[in-house]
Amino acid sequence: MKEITRRDFIKITSAGIVGAAISKPIFGFIPPFLKKDHNPPLESELIKTPTVCDICFWKCAGWVWKDKKGNIVKITGNELDPHSNGRLCPRGTGGLGAYYDPDRLKRPLIRVGKPGSQTFKEATWEEAFDYIVEKMKQIEQKYGRESMALFYHGTTGPHFEYLWEAYGSQTYAEPAIAQCLVTREVGFIATYGQGLGSPEPTDVRNTKCLVLIGNHIGENMHNGHVQDMSHAIDHGATVITVDPRFSTAAAHSKYWLPIKPGTDIALLLSWMHVLIYDNLYNKEYVDKYTYGFDYLKDHVKRFTPEWASTITTLDPNLIRKTAYEMAKAAPSVVIHPGRHTAWYGDDTQRERAIAILNALLGAWGKRGGFYFSEKVSLPHYPHPPFPEPRWSWRTITTDKYKYAISGVTNVLIDHSLPEYEGPYKVKGWFVVATNLIQSIPDQEKTIRALQNQDLVVVVDILPTEITGYADVILPEATYLERYDLLRNSRHRVPNIALRMPAVEPKYDTKPGWWIARELGIRLGLEKYYPWKNIEEVLDWQLRQVGSSLEELKKVGVKHFERKTPLYIPDGYEWPFPTNTGKIELYSTDLAAMGYEPMPVYKKHEEPPAGYYRLIYGRVPMHSFGRTTNNPYLHELRPENHLWVHPKVAKLLGLENGQEVWLENQDGKVSSYSVKVRVTERIRPDSVFLPHGFGQKSKQLRKAYARGILDNELITNVKIDPITGSTGMRSNFVKILTQKPNK
Amino acid sequence: MRYAMAIDTRKCVGCADCVVACQTENNVPFGYARDWIVEIVEGSYPDTLKVHFESRRCHHCDDAPCVRVCPTGASHIVEGGIVKVTPEECIGCGACIEACPYGARYFHPDGYVDKCTFCDHRVKNGQDPACVSVCPTYCLIFGDLDDEDSPISKVLREREYYTLAPDASTKPNLYFLK
Repeated sequence: MKEITRRDFIKITSAGIVGAAISKPIFGFIPPFLKKDHNPPLESELIKTPTVCDICFWKCAGWVWKDKKGNIVKITGNELDPHSNGRLCPRGTGGLGAYYDPDRLKRPLIRVGKPGSQTFKEATWEEAFDYIVEKMKQIEQKYGRESMALFYHGTTGPHFEYLWEAYGSQTYAEPAIAQCLVTREVGFIATYGQGLGSPEPTDVRNTKCLVLIGNHIGENMHNGHVQDMSHAIDHGATVITVDPRFSTAAAHSKYWLPIKPGTDIALLLSWMHVLIYDNLYNKEYVDKYTYGFDYLKDHVKRFTPEWASTITTLDPNLIRKTAYEMAKAAPSVVIHPGRHTAWYGDDTQRERAIAILNALLGAWGKRGGFYFSEKVSLPHYPHPPFPEPRWSWRTITTDKYKYAISGVTNVLIDHSLPEYEGPYKVKGWFVVATNLIQSIPDQEKTIRALQNQDLVVVVDILPTEITGYADVILPEATYLERYDLLRNSRHRVPNIALRMPAVEPKYDTKPGWWIARELGIRLGLEKYYPWKNIEEVLDWQLRQVGSSLEELKKVGVKHFERKTPLYIPDGYEWPFPTNTGKIELYSTDLAAMGYEPMPVYKKHEEPPAGYYRLIYGRVPMHSFGRTTNNPYLHELRPENHLWVHPKVAKLLGLENGQEVWLENQDGKVSSYSVKVRVTERIRPDSVFLPHGFGQKSKQLRKAYARGILDNELITNVKIDPITGSTGMRSNFVKILTQKPNK
Repeated sequence: MRYAMAIDTRKCVGCADCVVACQTENNVPFGYARDWIVEIVEGSYPDTLKVHFESRRCHHCDDAPCVRVCPTGASHIVEGGIVKVTPEECIGCGACIEACPYGARYFHPDGYVDKCTFCDHRVKNGQDPACVSVCPTYCLIFGDLDDEDSPISKVLREREYYTLAPDASTKPNLYFLK
């Protein structure tokens, strides 16, 4: 057996051979040290400051603990916080690594030489702002303010969104929408008249049956949901997992449906068929609250489990049995909508099918199904009205993608390309906390768009790949060093949480709110910034709801009373915010827009001979590329592995740990190699690659060139016609055992 | 007082939060760990496949081989059955590392052998060990086996469990719930 060292904190064994961890003296004999204090400090000796985690979008509230010297020693959850219930996930616990990372951006940088040269000089903030303002003025004169686009992510984004509104440009987009969850939101809006938001109001904690469709809770550490699933398992809930991969969630499930990728809609339609034609659906609920049941009944008539079996490769009895399990638990059942749902280009329809199934089971608005989340009505700090731009993201989006609900990054990219000749040109990019080269499929297009800009500014905490394309790089302080806007989250209990600096910003970094305000003032937008410090804004807002900044500094999280019911009371009339006032099994919106009013299964592309479908996903200790350089989290998983079924391994002569390269259907070859993990946990027609690895920026010294970035190989992009979302799972790879010549 | 820990393998997702929490709580240097995750895959695709995770650490054995072999008495057992190392008394001979059937000990770069302490500094103050207090799946249960009403005593009465390396007869205090 290969020796396993203690450096591999996560060990993998197979077939019941439990690997013993072997420790070897790696320093040999070292004489005992002088007596020193080895006991860790007690919490009573530490100082704590409230925070809201920024390592992922779950935004858990916690406490930052400092020793007497002012060093951050640990971060823990805030017990009052419904996102975390006092327990952070590994990324939140390791969040201090973001602060300590020696590879952080340290001071403003301005490019010297021609675009793409990637040579920068250090600058003062004043010089950096002067450069940006000068260029923005030139773009404004030549093209108009609207041609300056903003791409943003995370808690620092709203500071810049405000700045853009004040500046007079609504040319903005968040990659977290069209590359992630928009299809889910629209699928539910079209059905229930409202989306899900974050955290999703799935009542997993109280459910009797949880159905996960390609949603790998436990590998995605959506903290509250991981906790809820654990709670549900404790209480004997039946978990059903549909996934081409035996995910961690599948390991904890009663049923695993190893579906053929791309065929989920067929399965969902056949589940509807069983519920309706075996009379298992919640008749009272459907009669009272839904619209279009007869259309739906007719629509799914021929979609029997036997029909679905030929498409999905699943056993028809298993399809039937799982439908009965859901019906038995109903209405205490959650068919989870998932989060990253940009898969095949018909994703809104798949999410519609999920929404419809939940309605047939009577789960929406019911205990153990979906609850209604509520948030505090928190006024914005008063400001003068924003100017009306001549055109905005809407102008260039909603004619094509009629149900788009916010800016679509890939549409903005299309308008940034040299070949775009219409009136709505994008000529400047302001990129905040998002590495678009890793997050947007079809990298070559993103890079061409970047190179066609008159100005590219990147605000970030790390020298990610996109910083290499910037004219100006602005180093932001980490979340542990800054205030941000209050976390006013929708949840079971309305609540507000505060992030405040635990320490001063390291190096010459600045908080996002400060960067946005300073730039705003230099752009002549003083009237939108009547406050000097964001603390004034936070305190004013908190006072409107009967609290204060002082109070929040002490408690971190404050709860407020609910004003609306958590569930639909039994027998109540309940108006839904849709055209018909009912849950729309038949969508009148989609019909009016010219889309299919009920979901239809369509065949997707399949891997050519010798190729395998590329499935990507997550590992629990990383938030994509944001954490792979974090010293604490890097140790836990320094690189990704390519999951390959043993049959494929045998066919190709692959061994565990062997280095391979990947080439996709368009001939795109991976920049680096990845180690093979031979495992029974995946279908033989697919391979799995966790996302966020294979960083190309050399300045990320730990993460650089470790593993393969799936996004390099995603060149076949399937656009969802309803929302413009980019489906990314129709890419196929060939496994190369020899280093390709480049 | 007899401290023990149960790991509920029905719930553990192998996220390694326990590893990071231990590292920050106990200032474990980078490159080392006092606890770790093992993933166990059994059976084959698709019908007999099973996977579970084990969060592992020192087993704080009642009959601890590491204590028996320690030539200086640096490895010793304190109140509640917690196995500890006194760094000043450790000569770094490595006998305990060889003797431990669980691979729970490592050489600290400061020149002594280090391992899990069940966070006795926290336990003394009525807190759970750091790994237990952060676990997002609530799969770690810590407590006193002498107290019949403690959650650990209850769970070991109610659930089936297994221990690791039973042939080593170390009387370990880590229980893996099935």
